[in-house]
Amino acid sequence: MSRRPWALGAVAALVLAFLYAPIGWLALVSFNDSRSLSRITGLSTRWYARLFDDAEVLEALGLTLRLAGTSAVVATAIGTLAAFGLRRAFPGRGVWTVLLSVPLVVPEVVLGVALLGFCVKLAGIPLGFGALLAAHVAFSLSFVVVVVRARVAGMDARLEEAAADLGASPLVAFRTVTWPLVAPAVAAGAAFAFLLSFDDVVTSSYLTGVGSTTLPVFVYAQAGRRGVSPEIVALSTLMVAVSAALLLVGVLVAAWRARASTFVEPTRDH
Amino acid sequence: MDGHGFRPAEEQTPDTHAPVEVGLHGVTKRFSDQVAVDDITLQVHEGEFFSVLGPSGCGKTTLLRMIAGFEDPTEGRIELDGVDMVGVPPYRRDVNTVFQSYALFPHMSVWDNVAYGVKRKGVRGAQLKKVVGEHLELVRLSQYAKRRPAQLSGGQQQRVAIARALAAGPQLLLLDEPLGALDAVLRKELQIELMRIQREVGTTFLYVTHDQEEALVLSHRIAVMNAGRLEQVGYPEDVYERPATRFVAGFIGTSNILDAKVSGVRGRWVELEAPGVARLRAPVQREVRHGQRVAATVRPEKVHLYDLAEEPPSGWCALTGTVRDVVYTGVSTQYVVDVPGGDVLVAFVQNTRRIDDAGSPGQPVRMAWDPDFTVLLENADD
Repeated sequence: MSRRPWALGAVAALVLAFLYAPIGWLALVSFNDSRSLSRITGLSTRWYARLFDDAEVLEALGLTLRLAGTSAVVATAIGTLAAFGLRRAFPGRGVWTVLLSVPLVVPEVVLGVALLGFCVKLAGIPLGFGALLAAHVAFSLSFVVVVVRARVAGMDARLEEAAADLGASPLVAFRTVTWPLVAPAVAAGAAFAFLLSFDDVVTSSYLTGVGSTTLPVFVYAQAGRRGVSPEIVALSTLMVAVSAALLLVGVLVAAWRARASTFVEPTRDH
Repeated sequence: MDGHGFRPAEEQTPDTHAPVEVGLHGVTKRFSDQVAVDDITLQVHEGEFFSVLGPSGCGKTTLLRMIAGFEDPTEGRIELDGVDMVGVPPYRRDVNTVFQSYALFPHMSVWDNVAYGVKRKGVRGAQLKKVVGEHLELVRLSQYAKRRPAQLSGGQQQRVAIARALAAGPQLLLLDEPLGALDAVLRKELQIELMRIQREVGTTFLYVTHDQEEALVLSHRIAVMNAGRLEQVGYPEDVYERPATRFVAGFIGTSNILDAKVSGVRGRWVELEAPGVARLRAPVQREVRHGQRVAATVRPEKVHLYDLAEEPPSGWCALTGTVRDVVYTGVSTQYVVDVPGGDVLVAFVQNTRRIDDAGSPGQPVRMAWDPDFTVLLENADD
């Protein structure tokens, strides 16, 4: 391959450093004994302890988790149904497919303004959990549809025919063949939806009500008002940890699933 | 179309008086403006290995899918065991399919794949294990039970597909070009395997293929399809030795086709006239009129070559032509001969004699054959 393998390795290391150095620094500083963000004076977990004493933080954390969980469930349910619906040909299928992916490219600032106007002024949904849920479902739905649809569309329709041929009613065929093959994509879609909601600042900042601030919005507001404090650093580190954990679970599930090596073409003998 | 006495008496040849397994009555399938299957009437008997042979796009797969229940015919009736099946969903038909792409469930082991149809019948426990074990044994894959389909070779996957379909215990097994994705050597191996399996289980096999040799080797009877229609139904020998139409003559094996005119009927012979052909006649097979334009065909291996000095047996069909090409193929040598009327005839000569330079390109040669091998084709007026 390369005549200078170390060169490629060095470039790769630089890229990784570029990507992860700030996050690594963040994690390190969160365990710093002093308030300093540039000098490590000793290790301690005091910022974390202080964080968990802060009622405002805990409330925001609870809201964020509830919101991410609920919107993931709702968006995944609707998105999965949509992905299956788009499987069969019907007039206007192309238009529907495009419409379902447009939110992926609409700038979030615009989406936030639109949702604020729509929810509050038109639909009369009060700011807070309800409005946040509607908004988060709206923007994560597209991701779920894209992820699940790719799997559903890539599935060999003959497999379901084979199930029917072998005596499986449509319901049994779905339970034993379709669902097990699509489930990993649904799980991935759900994880996506959860993370999108868990991380969201822009849209959420329009829709948070009094006493219903999400964690990312809280972090953003705190950092903006008082600068980056060790508490905020600790909180940010926690958020990264949650996202990374979810990602890790996803990778592990995918690796475990890959042993089932779905959708492999029959090997041709030679 | 059967009962010509060509068929050697073999015990596995099913009785054509056996009960009818599949009865197709005027089955037609239209997709928007296109006719895929055009008015097909056909009966397949219990225990038969029956092939539907035709080029790709001739409607044979659509026919199979209608019998399986994936498509409903636009017109006509499909009877299984005497019961009309139109409108009955696939999962309520006692029919199983071996798909062209195998369609094995990728998330299940070989064992679970084979067990799938058995479980749907409510079989559980020891009985389930027994049935699955027997069928894995039948296709010689017992030691692969725990593998996933993706970990098997194409030939093994194909055998899993057969075991899975048969384990469900169908009256009728449909096979949609099951050997299409395999290479020639493996295909030959699996053909023999399929014949053995069919004889062992005795299930009626309805086999769709575009490979004429495969159909001739495997089948008790063959239906030749073209452009959605049935061209001929018969024993392999019938279809090969006595093709009914120009299409069948051309699709199965190599055929010599001569355009001729009926010049009279004498006893059991139809006398024919064709430009450049000294003597041409065929056994009376169907009604012909004097002066009618017909097509006559003879298989290349029936044609003998003679020097101009030699006289072929009296009463044989004979003509004189010019050798255009000589192709040595090992078992036989293929002579391509220009006939004065503009036709081209091919003769296969067994390489049983020492090869000399008789019949090299450009040389005149006499071709002759027993008139019993001349076949008149239908639709010759077209």
